[in-house]
Amino acid sequence: MPFGGVVKASAFSYAKPSSLSELFDLMEMYGDRAKLLAGGQSLIAALNMRLASPTVLLDINGITELSGIEVKGDVVRIGALTRHRSLEQSAEIKKHLPLVHKAMPFVAHAAIRTRGTFGGSVAFADAAAELPACCVVLDANIELASRKGRRIVSARNFFKGLYETDLQPDEVLISAEFPKLRVGYRSAFLELARRHGDYAVVGVAVHGKFQDDMFSDISMVFFGVADRPVHAVNAGRALESARLSPSTINTLRSAVSLDLETYGDIYHTAETKLHLAKVLAGRAVSIMALGRET
Amino acid sequence: MTTDTASSHVKTHGRYIGAGLPRPDAWRLLHGRGRYTDDIKLARTAHVVFVRSPYAHAGISAINVTKAASSAGVIRVVTGKEVAALCQPWVGVLTHLKGLKSAAQYPLAMERARWQGEPVVAVAAESRAQAEDAAQLIDIDWEPLTAVTSPDTALDSRSPVIHPDLGDNLAYQREVDTGGVDEVFAGAHKVVEATFRTSRHTPVTLEPRSILADYNPAERQLTVYQSTQVPYMMQWILAKHFGLKEINVRVIAPDVGGGFGTKIHIYGDEMTAVALSMMLGRPVKFVSDRLESFVTDFHARGHLVKARMAVSVTGDIVGIEMDDLYGIGPYSGYPRGSANEAKQVLNLVGGPYKNRVYRGRTRVVFENKNMYGQYRAVGHPVACAVTEGLVDLAASAIGMDPAEFRYRNYINAEAYPYTLVTGPVFEKLSQHQAHEKLLDLMNYSALRLEQEELRRQGIYRGIGLAAFVEMSNPSSATYGQGGASIASQDGCTMKLTATGGITCAVSINEIGQGATAVVLQIAASAVGVSTENIKIVIGDTDVTPYGGGNWGSRGTGIGGEAVLQAGKALRQNILTFVALLTETEASVLSIRDNSVIETLTGKELMTLEEVARTAYFRSDKVPRDFSPELVVTRHFAQKTYDGICTNGIQGCYLEVDIETGFVRLLKHWVIDDCGTIINPLLVDEQIRGGVVQGIGGALFEECIYSSEGQLMNGSLIDYLVPMACEMPDIEVGHVSTPTATSELGAKGAGEAGTAGAPAAVMNAINDALKPFGVCVTEQPFTPERILRALGKV
Repeated sequence: MPFGGVVKASAFSYAKPSSLSELFDLMEMYGDRAKLLAGGQSLIAALNMRLASPTVLLDINGITELSGIEVKGDVVRIGALTRHRSLEQSAEIKKHLPLVHKAMPFVAHAAIRTRGTFGGSVAFADAAAELPACCVVLDANIELASRKGRRIVSARNFFKGLYETDLQPDEVLISAEFPKLRVGYRSAFLELARRHGDYAVVGVAVHGKFQDDMFSDISMVFFGVADRPVHAVNAGRALESARLSPSTINTLRSAVSLDLETYGDIYHTAETKLHLAKVLAGRAVSIMALGRET
Repeated sequence: MTTDTASSHVKTHGRYIGAGLPRPDAWRLLHGRGRYTDDIKLARTAHVVFVRSPYAHAGISAINVTKAASSAGVIRVVTGKEVAALCQPWVGVLTHLKGLKSAAQYPLAMERARWQGEPVVAVAAESRAQAEDAAQLIDIDWEPLTAVTSPDTALDSRSPVIHPDLGDNLAYQREVDTGGVDEVFAGAHKVVEATFRTSRHTPVTLEPRSILADYNPAERQLTVYQSTQVPYMMQWILAKHFGLKEINVRVIAPDVGGGFGTKIHIYGDEMTAVALSMMLGRPVKFVSDRLESFVTDFHARGHLVKARMAVSVTGDIVGIEMDDLYGIGPYSGYPRGSANEAKQVLNLVGGPYKNRVYRGRTRVVFENKNMYGQYRAVGHPVACAVTEGLVDLAASAIGMDPAEFRYRNYINAEAYPYTLVTGPVFEKLSQHQAHEKLLDLMNYSALRLEQEELRRQGIYRGIGLAAFVEMSNPSSATYGQGGASIASQDGCTMKLTATGGITCAVSINEIGQGATAVVLQIAASAVGVSTENIKIVIGDTDVTPYGGGNWGSRGTGIGGEAVLQAGKALRQNILTFVALLTETEASVLSIRDNSVIETLTGKELMTLEEVARTAYFRSDKVPRDFSPELVVTRHFAQKTYDGICTNGIQGCYLEVDIETGFVRLLKHWVIDDCGTIINPLLVDEQIRGGVVQGIGGALFEECIYSSEGQLMNGSLIDYLVPMACEMPDIEVGHVSTPTATSELGAKGAGEAGTAGAPAAVMNAINDALKPFGVCVTEQPFTPERILRALGKV
């Protein structure tokens, strides 16, 4: 009797490498029969529902170099194994990446944040998750490594579709590097969820310059609206050199309509998602400018 | 205002009745010492897993179990035929719900599966994981059939008939007509009408359905450990369908992690687990997982009600008409039927109001969806939403404040007992008092001012009221008279132990609601002992007296009265015995703090330990012609009315974000009248929990089926149960009108919150939306639906 009476997942082997090279050995050995276990907040549920049946789980929690928040020069590096809870509580993140700090309370619930990891969320690439959107809006660089070496992919090219990224089968997500907050730059993060901690119905992350009452260099990213975080390029353009006014918000809303081809979900039509995205866009830039909604 | 008609005895010695004591089992449960069915490990237990129909409606042409049968650890794979050979099929009808029809239902589907999730093949293995592995190896050849998935079209001639032998898909229909309806509507000052939709819900108990069946072929003895609300009903069913002697069936309900009605029904998978135990002669365990729960735990509350109300120029309700339609599963539930919601909706639309002109129709149709039946506050949230929704529309139509409109329409206080036009009798409601108390508690007029002020700032808040009635303490009219062996009476056996303690065995159950605390407090008060000296024994058919268990808000009202009477009888027996020993009269003695005393002087005569020692070990001191009877049993059934109606009113204050359609609950208030309160902490938490479940229906919960009959949101990711972050503070107050049908005077409290909350939320949303002249009546009130009503999308 390999398991007790209550185990529901298919049988799998388990390995816990303590270094990246050991991990690469195991990944080579098992190929696509292996799954990496980080925080396990999505994977364990998938195993229990038998939506995933890997032959082996490679637990990367022993690879300490994957964990931690590091500020060096103009960038903040977040290791893949960094727990959501650490990001939420980090003074460095609050200071240098206030957008990420604002996003963290929206990431699931406290228990999940304690266990779940930054890299897990980014690599899983749920289209309604907060951290992928943060990576895109802040133009982070994602660091990937394989036996062959390391490479950097811009977050804006990393997310390819629903649960789909540029991460190759032989690669591991190592970290993401974010540019530190620059003078005159601000951000806002808003999310609508039916219940606190749920994946977003619609969310928006905005980052850019607001100086002398004028917007410039604005990046706006929506999540929960399509198959990946959507960088709203027209919205950014619409705000360039604009001041906060009802007409700016109207222009912005029209730009958002151009940027988004929304998907519906079980509770919301695509039309409703677009409407909500437009509402949130207006609210987010008001918050950037005024510190509150108009 | 409390009018306590409980006995002088309870008043004098009732220091535990009415006390807000922490529940005695909380310490144990918080220490992780709960013992649920799945915690029970028996040697040689086999674990069973089910292959379920992926189709809502499909023929089964072949089942190949060869690979599964030889999979590692597999003990036995069975299909429907093998189980049917051991277990008689059932038909979910009750003779007193005239016209209710259903087809024979077998534990496992045989030629045809009729809902997605219906069990088809069972795999028993040494471990759950091995059974899961083997289940994946079973091949079934399916012939998909058109599914009936909309109640609106289920009766059309083009719709497939789920059970051809039954002729059509109509399971039940009932109509009432007082006469005079057309006339009052034709002549009314105003008529308001709306179509109300409530969604199919699933109760989501924390502990899923679980059963461990242990058949001993040497004795033909079946012992079943089960997460159930109704051990004796299960004993009857198991004996009947497996052809066992009832005395050889023992049902034990260990800790039960929530019931809400889910655990009063018969499920094919659980019956199959029992059958497997009989086939294998070894224990068999089945624990439903969460995904199985969504497609098998009985659903409820998916109604479509077209209704209208006529009002006079002075604001009197002069007529109500309604037409209710809902779809159940492909069978009526067993053994309680799936028509009780129909009965309750038809009976209780009209609520606590004095209108007597009424026409109503309810129709229940079969669908190829999960089974459907009783869930906390059966039908009440639907009836209340219809009634209270119409009341607000009517008040608005004549320009009257909705609170004032309600107050003037309540049944007059002197009219009780009041016979409804649909038949049931309200023993006594306290609706005017409850109403006044609620308006005070919520500071209604100040809230209205605040609402007005905020509206000018573009903030849209709404205030919603919902008066509710809730049937409790059911008589045998609910089931027994319909031919089901489901007891409406409960019993209590109390024993003085050898060292002066008390054991108290009762037939009601602890399902997480605090029944043991209630029993303990009543027993302590009735005998005159402290709660530390009492042990409650519960949930075992070999040990407790016969009784109905937990359903229909009956635990405290029925079971509690049995406890009170048993406690009084034991007390009397003790006093009689001591009077004999001390050569005095029992009437001058009392029991206080575990000792027999002289009532007048307070002088201690004997401790209960001395009483017990004398009775059990010093028979030499007991007169030759006297036998001290220190074990007593008492039963109680409520026979005066079909049920005892409780009442109250709820208030809801919320804010609607008119740009996003999101609703933020700000505050909720309840005034409830459940008669005598045994433990105010428990009652308040029952009310709050009920309100939360009602809010779930109003804002979140909805089993969404595709047109092919696939449940689209059958997981806790997609099916939104209400959670703490979104819940408002819920303030609870009471009026107490004890029922005169028992000495205790207690009525039910478990369902009142659920009954009224959806209507209160709906009315508050519509109050917030009033400046826009729109209104929502389709639950749950999602952002999507609110935005649509506002014309934003």
